Amino acid sequence: MQQQILNSLSNFLPEATIVITLIACLVLDLILKRKSVSVSILAITGLIVSFYFVTQQTGLKESLFCDMIVIDPYSLFFKYLFIVSTIFVIIFAESSKEIKKSVHTNEHVTLILALTLGAFLMASSINLLMMYLSLETVSIASYILAGYTKNVKRSSEASMKYVIYGAASSGIMLYAMSMLYGFTGSMNIFEISSFLAQTDSSNPVVIVSIIMVTAGFGYKISSVPFHFWTPDVYEGAPIPITTFLAVTSSAAGFAVMIRFFNITFLESFQLGLNGSWQIIGSIKWTEIIAVLSVASMVIGNFVAIWQTSLKRLLAYSSIAHSGYLMLGLVVANQMGLAAMLIYLFAYMFMNLGAFYVVIMISNKLNTDEIESMQGLAYRSPFVCAAMGIFMFSLSGIPATVGFIGKFYIFAALINSDMIWLAIIAMLNSVVSLFFYVKVLKVMYLKKPLDDAESKISYSFGYNLVLILLAVPTILFGLYFAPILKFAESSVAMFGIN
Amino acid sequence: MVEFKLFGIGILSWIVFLPIVGMIVVLLIPKSLTKSVKYVALMFPFIQMILCVVLWMNYDKFLPGVNTLEGFQFIEKFTWINVQALLWDGSVHIDYFLGLDGISMPMILLTSLISFVGALASFSVKKNEKGYYAMYLLLVTGMMGVFCALDFFLFFVFWEVMLLPMYFLIGIWGGKRREYAAIKFFLYTLFGSVFILVAMLALYFSSKDPATGLHTFNMLTLMDPQAIQSDSLLGGIGTNFRYLAFVALFIGFAIKVPIFPFHTWLPDAHVEAPTAISVILAGVLLKMGAYGILRISYPMFPDAAIYFIYPMAILGMINIIYGALCAMAQTDFKKLIAYSSISHMGYVILGIASTTTIGMNGAILQMFNHGTITAVLFLMVGVLYDRAHTRGLDDFGGLANKMPKYFGVTIIGFFAALGLPGLSAFISEAFVFLGGFQNETIRVITIISTLGIVLNAAYILWTTQRVFFGKLPERWGSITDINGRELLSVVPLIIIIIILGVYPAPILDLMSSSVNHLVSFVTEASGIVVGQ
Repeated sequence: MQQQILNSLSNFLPEATIVITLIACLVLDLILKRKSVSVSILAITGLIVSFYFVTQQTGLKESLFCDMIVIDPYSLFFKYLFIVSTIFVIIFAESSKEIKKSVHTNEHVTLILALTLGAFLMASSINLLMMYLSLETVSIASYILAGYTKNVKRSSEASMKYVIYGAASSGIMLYAMSMLYGFTGSMNIFEISSFLAQTDSSNPVVIVSIIMVTAGFGYKISSVPFHFWTPDVYEGAPIPITTFLAVTSSAAGFAVMIRFFNITFLESFQLGLNGSWQIIGSIKWTEIIAVLSVASMVIGNFVAIWQTSLKRLLAYSSIAHSGYLMLGLVVANQMGLAAMLIYLFAYMFMNLGAFYVVIMISNKLNTDEIESMQGLAYRSPFVCAAMGIFMFSLSGIPATVGFIGKFYIFAALINSDMIWLAIIAMLNSVVSLFFYVKVLKVMYLKKPLDDAESKISYSFGYNLVLILLAVPTILFGLYFAPILKFAESSVAMFGIN
Repeated sequence: MVEFKLFGIGILSWIVFLPIVGMIVVLLIPKSLTKSVKYVALMFPFIQMILCVVLWMNYDKFLPGVNTLEGFQFIEKFTWINVQALLWDGSVHIDYFLGLDGISMPMILLTSLISFVGALASFSVKKNEKGYYAMYLLLVTGMMGVFCALDFFLFFVFWEVMLLPMYFLIGIWGGKRREYAAIKFFLYTLFGSVFILVAMLALYFSSKDPATGLHTFNMLTLMDPQAIQSDSLLGGIGTNFRYLAFVALFIGFAIKVPIFPFHTWLPDAHVEAPTAISVILAGVLLKMGAYGILRISYPMFPDAAIYFIYPMAILGMINIIYGALCAMAQTDFKKLIAYSSISHMGYVILGIASTTTIGMNGAILQMFNHGTITAVLFLMVGVLYDRAHTRGLDDFGGLANKMPKYFGVTIIGFFAALGLPGLSAFISEAFVFLGGFQNETIRVITIISTLGIVLNAAYILWTTQRVFFGKLPERWGSITDINGRELLSVVPLIIIIIILGVYPAPILDLMSSSVNHLVSFVTEASGIVVGQ
């Protein structure tokens, strides 16, 4: 056992790098004792090194630390996603006025790294206990981050709500996990699966624990009906943190959820025709997910229509997007999984971009109310043009990466003859267009307010970050072969042949 | 076949993407040269028009196209997305595939003509010209792309991309209720696209390219009954799923045409849009719906097409009569023309429903003619509105004496819209009726539809009377006649209307072999022979 742990260490370099960076950032912060960009630069450097170590693991399919976590193409996909989004979030935090004005120095960088570490482990754990621990690592870091600007009342309120909600959800999930353990006698999801496949799995314990585990994951990915914390927390937290929660943290939620459901309820670990999974027949988890997914899309989209704050609007839109994403899980085959990965990739760029625009705007206007952005397109044309790209991408208009994501989800559904589900999802994206365009309507179609001074200009750095996000949004929309290849090669999970 | 290439890029790509180049150029023009924006922007549709004339000169009218690769001309085919299957059936192949046949050729000519005229008519735009022309040129690319694309995915991308500039063009440069009109247009069309997307994906997964054994978006392959797997969703002939898919596509295209009851976005969009955009909307955008039916619905679902002839013809009839009646009730000049467009597009639908060579020829010719005629009418409304700042029909009177040149041009447009022999619309409408009469299934409907001609004449003559005859109200005492630029934008259209009225062969010849082929293909593939 000792030997195995020692052997595993060499494959644990990406995570180890993040831990070392985290400590280094902490120490540097203590030495500097003031706000400094150098901590962020150190963190980004660490992340880039970690990125390099991740690339070294390409193609590996191994389990580490006595079947606690695994390395497989699937987890590597998420690790790339986490690193890229974390780097952007650190940059966002550096450019946000909210974070700069806070009483803290650079603690947010350490917390962000801690969250990323948790996300890494979430994407790769195959053991219930490990899943829970990594989920908590992410959660605790995000509770603190949500209340980071503690002198702002709303931020503290957000943090409090988040803690209460999170504690309840993870408690329920832990209880479900203990039931599963009691029923099957194992923490390892492969062993649980083998056990379930052999016994009468229509046992109510299994059904109840599925529903309760869904509550835990559902809270992390803010799916209806576990979404109530999302708008308040997203609105109260500083925008870079909101971005982090909406992109990285929910992607991590998806990573662990997909693995848990896909492996735990498999009949056998051999892929069927067309890459479909043989699901244990009597456990109808795909139907539960389908219902949650439709509810998330409908509620997310329809409530978003009435929002007046851009941050809150994006919060509801992210609920709707988790709905679209879950559809990929309903399909229960490799194509659905690939579609989800493509969607997550697309979602990362467009959502980061949209939130960055919110940061840029509220830096200057000191508010994120949509009304205050009247005629902004004439005051800062470049930012609003980028916002146009992100909004159209989020609503899934072609020639943007968002369309490719949605297109793949719909294609996977239609390929599995779930045409009604596809139509509901598509009609939902028509509804979503309404509120995304509403933002653009205020920016472009309204005249600037009378008291507004003319131009708002941003320094080169801001515009550069915006370009780095807007260009992939368009480019991958036009030439999406690389993401398709990347996603299709990443659906290979440890243990499934 | 002669290859047409410029700097190694095919002529169709030039035509489609030249406006994008124009857009970039326009956006890069420095502020100090704002005055030159409109001239620079005009240059691109002009070059595009010249390229289209080159196409026209070299077009071989005997090649049929439709579902035969060798029947298409100016083909450009490159692999766009090619992902090989890795673990499962996940390979994706999408082509960048452009080509022209007799159905798309008249539309390409129409689009280039209307785009140029529209750019000329845009000179009256004063607000944020750079943004306006950038959006305008993007729109032109979208339109051209739709008519050239032979890959369903590519078609869909162009189809959707066109919506964005349209939204901004109506929403920023439109009239009082522009925001409402713009979002209504956007949501309606996107709603329709949902159904097109569903049908497209269903077709994709039901098909296997015989050559490669992969699913395909290639339109020509999708038209091949051999390529549709018999055990798939859309396999077989005359199954419910095929009918549903046809209806889904039809709804998507019907919203664009627009066909009753999906027409309510059109009057709003037309009234609020600036003149040039109304011209584009009526001149080109409405044709896309009908084009989609001809290019996609009919050849891919011939069995369903024949099955739905009757309801389609009824919808065509409703469009003709309902549109005309609504037009009669209008007091707003622009709204009147908007409803007359609905009425005129009804002829197109009736012609398509007839599934006879003559009726289909009439339908495509009517698409072309309606494009030119409504363009004239919208331009003329724009001219009047620029001077009077009102479009109320009852506000005018006696303009014939005050603005003789204007009267002369408008009355030709009016008479053409009315279907006067000697002007272009007469021929196409007559063809449509002949075709409809030939098909026994829809003969009665065709006979009822002829009522539309009378109603048409009624509202047009009444409008003429209200605007041009009678006593000139005093407040228009100083109104000026049409100026040189405005005349320049409209005269070419008038000449085309007259020439095609007397001698329609130039356009008819382009399409006839394709239409023949389409009709025989559809009737044979569906196993039903029409008109006997």
